[in-house]
Amino acid sequence: MKPIIQVKDVYFRYEGDDPLSSALNGTTLDIEQGRFVVILGHNGSGKSTLAKHLNGILLPDKGCILVDGMDTRDETKLLEIRRTVGMVFQNPDNQMVASVVEDDVAFAPENLGYPPEEIRLRVDEALKLVDMYDYRLHSPHLLSGGQKQRVAIAGVIAMRPRCIVLDEPTAMLDPAGRHEVIDTIKRLCREHGITIILITHHMNEAIDADRVFVMSNGKVVSEGTPKEVFSNVEALKAEGLTVPDSVELIYQLRLAGLDIPKEALTVEETAQAIATALK
Amino acid sequence: MLKDITLGQYFPGNSFIHRLDPRTKLICTVIYIAALFVAKSYITYGVLLLTLVLCVAVSKIKASAMLKGMKPLALIIIFTAILNLFYIKGGTELFSFWVLTVTTEGIKTACFMVIRIMMLISGTFLLTYTTTPMSLTDGLELLLNPLKKIRVPVHEFSMMMSIALRFIPTLIEEADKISNAQKARGADFETGKLTERAKALLPLLVPLFVSAIRRADELAIAMESRCYHGGEGRTRMKKLSLKLSDLMTMVFSLLFLAGIIILARFGF
Repeated sequence: MKPIIQVKDVYFRYEGDDPLSSALNGTTLDIEQGRFVVILGHNGSGKSTLAKHLNGILLPDKGCILVDGMDTRDETKLLEIRRTVGMVFQNPDNQMVASVVEDDVAFAPENLGYPPEEIRLRVDEALKLVDMYDYRLHSPHLLSGGQKQRVAIAGVIAMRPRCIVLDEPTAMLDPAGRHEVIDTIKRLCREHGITIILITHHMNEAIDADRVFVMSNGKVVSEGTPKEVFSNVEALKAEGLTVPDSVELIYQLRLAGLDIPKEALTVEETAQAIATALK
Repeated sequence: MLKDITLGQYFPGNSFIHRLDPRTKLICTVIYIAALFVAKSYITYGVLLLTLVLCVAVSKIKASAMLKGMKPLALIIIFTAILNLFYIKGGTELFSFWVLTVTTEGIKTACFMVIRIMMLISGTFLLTYTTTPMSLTDGLELLLNPLKKIRVPVHEFSMMMSIALRFIPTLIEEADKISNAQKARGADFETGKLTERAKALLPLLVPLFVSAIRRADELAIAMESRCYHGGEGRTRMKKLSLKLSDLMTMVFSLLFLAGIIILARFGF
């Protein structure tokens, strides 16, 4: 399958930063259409900088990024690129423009100049997809964090993007809100074929991914399926990252001398593996 | 303490006035204010007062809400009354004291001024009480649209206004949080001299401004990510449309103004 996003050897340094420390240092990765991709990395690994490159908010100093074959440096394609790749940020409060939920969701299609009936259709569809249709006339500041973030996702879906990038969307949420948001984006990917790029440092959110990229110092240092990436616990710890709780448990059990296969990832698989080993 | 601040107070309802297009209401308010300045006699004032009372009754807004809104402006009203009372000379002199003289004409003008200001305030309150801040902004943008021809950034202004309205509750919440955090560390906002209290506000205002600027930066990126590129080629989901009732209201208001002008011309 042809990748929807290609990042080719990208270098980027913020203005005013130390010339020796670049935010991106030759990042290269391909993301295929319809996949659920997770990008992991500790603070300052360049993952948020990479996210802002994917829809042309930042432009690379060197190298290039192709979104569905369009170069992000091509200004004539900028709107098309931003419509293809939607972006959801960490703080839901700081990405809402309107005082009513449905007006906020309508913001993007209004910017794209669709006729009013088409906008209405897209807004209702988007709100139903994230299960917030009943709240369409509410004021955003009275919603919970998880609900606000779902409205922010609806605001992006209203553009009917082929890909959604979420930059630590759960960092400011309580566990219940985190669950709501992760469930919603998984559903969008599995049932509606939207490519999801989730940037996070919650390792547990990476378990269901199709592909995981680990970033460090502006470079991709490891990539593969979650099983492949998490099988190398020592390497991840060397990057200053933790592993999902289930993986950590099996790692510690193995260190303690229990003979147990490393492949288990989900809670069920882990329980099964431990039960078999103890028999 | 900060939760009490309400800006652009809106009383939800579904009266005839609530349902009017915001543009109609804006234009009618301007017409009403113009009529107020034309009126000079008991008769014209009476007509205007009657109209106002009728409109308030139709809107189902409580008279007490109107009066409550006037409280912060009481000082201006009293000041105007006193100024007119002593400075207007004419008619018979009632009494004089030192340099101050009160005449019958002075009393009459002072009364008229107070009534005029109160009616002026009530008229504009009727507008903001029956219109959501959002539709008010939209209406204003559409009304000022012709100014785009002389390069007035009308869309940008109305966008700024609606974002400001959107962030008022967020910033109030944030100010509350910061003030609690400072109180927890021993800050005192409530006692001391005025200058001391003003100084105590500094550790509240600085973080609030810093965070507001950071929010603005993030919001700008989020807006760009959602394809915002200025007002050009932008459409709206909810199109404001003038209905027959709007046109009738506007025509009636104009006739009303004409009537007041004619009455004032003939000395009523």
